[in-house]
Amino acid sequence: MDELDRAIVNQLQGGFPLGERPFLEAAAALGVTENGLLERLSDLLERGVLTRFGPLFDAEKLGGQFSLCAMSVPAQDFERVAALVNAHPEVAHNYEREHRFNMWFVVAAAEVRTVLDAIERETGYPVMDLPREAEYFIGLRLAA
Amino acid sequence: MKPLEARLVRATQAGLPLVARPYAALASDLDVDEAQVIATLRDMLADGRIRRIGAVPNHYALGYRANAMTVWDVPDAAVDELGRAVGALPFVTHCYRRPRRLPGWPYNLFAMVHGKDRGEAACKIREIESVLGAHARAHDVLYSTRILKKTGLRIA
Repeated sequence: MDELDRAIVNQLQGGFPLGERPFLEAAAALGVTENGLLERLSDLLERGVLTRFGPLFDAEKLGGQFSLCAMSVPAQDFERVAALVNAHPEVAHNYEREHRFNMWFVVAAAEVRTVLDAIERETGYPVMDLPREAEYFIGLRLAA
Repeated sequence: MKPLEARLVRATQAGLPLVARPYAALASDLDVDEAQVIATLRDMLADGRIRRIGAVPNHYALGYRANAMTVWDVPDAAVDELGRAVGALPFVTHCYRRPRRLPGWPYNLFAMVHGKDRGEAACKIREIESVLGAHARAHDVLYSTRILKKTGLRIA
């Protein structure tokens, strides 16, 4: 990552303009050309430094249900269960964590319970459902 | 959600087109005017359905190898005030209240912390501890060890 990569990551995590030439406006603030910024963004996406460039939606406000879920899965059964959980398109991300509850995933669906019932049936393990009740910060701005 | 809003959500889930006039490109795909696309995005930003528009970085690629979900058991009467205080810490990227699931899960406050390594994350976690003080009756730290799936949300 060079200086421009860092500036892009740090300054463009929000506030992208809503005009006709938004990349031109954003590029001016970064001191590069419109084409230079477009090329750099596609490079950052290709290298995996950025996972996306665009609107970040609040799934819950768009309608539907959204929940953080956890399972406690014995090590010898972990890969099988991970494959069964991941096979559901409603599972958006899934992380292995160091804990008795070692599998943590997010479900976004019209009816979260229906998806969790299916996962419990398929895997044979209970799912702990932890929907958010309040949100105190929505920043997620990481410094590069 | 209005039909154009739902179509815009679908059309931009993978990201904005990387062209000089991205809203015009979307408008042409959706067979509407550029101005309608811009106005719709502006409305959705104003009411929070869009949190923000811009770059979504990959933690690992930025060198954040220690990703900790910290969970805390604090009194219900104080959780909102404490959650706002923890959420205001500059390094906390998400902070939520969630239900307890007793007896196995007594925690009602969640805060995500990212560090270049576990030492850096641990320093940040100590700062959360000092903000919560005696209100924190118990806490735990769950470091992620592997991404099993990351597709982003499929909405609408």
